[in-house]
Amino acid sequence: MTTKATRTPASAQVAQLEAEELQQRYAARSLWGDALRHILRDRLTIFAGLILLAFTLIAIIMPTIIENVLQIDVNRTNIPQRFKLPGEDGYALGTDHLGRDQMVRLIYGGRISLAIAYASSLGIVVVGVTLGLVSGFFGGLVDDFIMWLINTMSSIPPLFILLVASALWEPSAEVLVLILALLGWFGTCRLVRGEVLSLRERDFVIAAQALGASNLRLLVAHIFPNVFSIVIVTGSIIAGNLILIESGLSYLGVGVQPPTPTWGNMLTDSRNYFATGVHLVVWPGMLIMVTVLCFYLIGDGLRDALDPRRKHGRSA
Amino acid sequence: MSTYIRRRLLQAIPTFLGITFVAFMLMLSAPGDPVALITFNPQAGDTESAERLRRQLGLDQPALTQYVYWLVGNDWALVDADGDGVVDSSGTRLGLLRGDLGDSLKHRRPVSELLIERIPATLQLTVSALILGYGVGILLGVIAAINHGNYIDQIIRIISVIGNAVPQFWLGLIMIIVFSIQLDLLPMSGMRSISSRDEYDLSEALRHMIMPVFVLSLNTIAFVSRFTRTELLEVLEMDYIRTARAKGLQQRVVWWKHAIRNALLPVATFIGPAIGTLLSGAVIIEQVFGWPGLGQLIINGVFQRDYPLVMGSVVIASIMFIIGVLISDILYAVLDPRIRLR
Repeated sequence: MTTKATRTPASAQVAQLEAEELQQRYAARSLWGDALRHILRDRLTIFAGLILLAFTLIAIIMPTIIENVLQIDVNRTNIPQRFKLPGEDGYALGTDHLGRDQMVRLIYGGRISLAIAYASSLGIVVVGVTLGLVSGFFGGLVDDFIMWLINTMSSIPPLFILLVASALWEPSAEVLVLILALLGWFGTCRLVRGEVLSLRERDFVIAAQALGASNLRLLVAHIFPNVFSIVIVTGSIIAGNLILIESGLSYLGVGVQPPTPTWGNMLTDSRNYFATGVHLVVWPGMLIMVTVLCFYLIGDGLRDALDPRRKHGRSA
Repeated sequence: MSTYIRRRLLQAIPTFLGITFVAFMLMLSAPGDPVALITFNPQAGDTESAERLRRQLGLDQPALTQYVYWLVGNDWALVDADGDGVVDSSGTRLGLLRGDLGDSLKHRRPVSELLIERIPATLQLTVSALILGYGVGILLGVIAAINHGNYIDQIIRIISVIGNAVPQFWLGLIMIIVFSIQLDLLPMSGMRSISSRDEYDLSEALRHMIMPVFVLSLNTIAFVSRFTRTELLEVLEMDYIRTARAKGLQQRVVWWKHAIRNALLPVATFIGPAIGTLLSGAVIIEQVFGWPGLGQLIINGVFQRDYPLVMGSVVIASIMFIIGVLISDILYAVLDPRIRLR
């Protein structure tokens, strides 16, 4: 009697352990849970994410500190202090041709560049996904028109039309976001449309349709979740591209206008001080490159993490 | 084959018309009065002479009429040529479709002439960058695939990621500082030296090309190397590669005749899009290196609000892009029989 009594809890324990192990092995794992687990092990992506987070936080927080605590006006010129080298007279990154602190201007420039990248990539994703869903799902005339529009617009070398549009409207940062979003959604739309075309024929969608689901429900509950992962990946890469495009436009002098600093327009006049201020050329470009790199690496990392057929480790 | 080419050419027509429409609408919706720009007088818009000028230029017509005149000319229609409010003689413009892009407001010369002067420089830059980009890109991609997984593969991967992320104009500036100013090895701008203006000196021309072409091709190198590597690794998993190896073929033959040839097919389809990227990139690179091409022309055009010139440049750049895509599609069809039979 006693032996049996002691044995029962022990075997129950074993059974419980076995059950737990089984559960762990066969537990339902969601795509997102899986992706999170994968990302947390992916040091490069985490690193890129942290850098980007740091840049973003600096861009959000520092300007208030600079204005209120340090009492520095980003655009105030101070000619006697011009072309200070990094480290000289307490300017960590030196001063520009008008004696303005380069580090302060880089922080403010980052605020504009990052804000434009985030806002317009969001805009691009919203427009591209909406039109892609509609175009791929409903087909017909709407689809024909959207595809004609995309084919036409993407036959113009992208920078030409952006250059013309932003030069003619002389945009503020807000209008520039609008222009970038309205002229940038074609690729995303085409991508989403392609996915929707193949998803529409899949059994689970046909089954839902047979059960009487409305078109809206099919789109929102069944198709959208399946394109969402691609959208996040492209969104990240688009944000990187936008940083490059915005800086290019600013460099040419048609983006956000000086004295408001952006990473691009800080390089516009650099040709005039190649000899006196190499540090003024190096830093803005470095920041552009690092930021774009982070967006691309995050995009790559997300693609690996969200691919259910991924192999172990990073694939190319 | 000829059916395929004919079909692709027909498909290009609505695209082309769409582009002309977009370019026209862009100009039409732009703020600012062209008459004020021509007369250099912001208040000129309301005067009698401004009205006359507007009638002479056809700017008083409805937008659609203006578009049609711009596209097919107005020599078949009666217009008000002297601006007195009476429709009296037929127009003189031949229209875009017959090569007449109007006169530049700033240069007072036909836009087509200006463009023809600039196109060779841009073509020289973009075609060289395309060749360099594909050559180096394919080479790096193959090397990476051969060394799949080891440190050489990693290095090439890092090069390609950075090559995509670096802002080209900035790299150009840095290269000018290093190679032109500090080392004094390469000329910092232009297509040729002032001293050699009379006779064409090939080595001079090449020296001027090194930096702009390299910087411009970087994107293509990055993309092509990555794409080639992925495709090649995929092809190497195929059954026919295993069969070739099982037959006892030499490794070299398997790689070059079986694997690389097939892997490069999809890479070739991206020549078209690459041309668009290169033309876009050229706008900025031309500005950095003082390269007298289409990009410089359009940038000056937009700043001076030279509408006919800007419309012309956009249309010409798009035509170059469309032709590039057509050539790459046709090339692909030649290389891959499955495409033209579809």
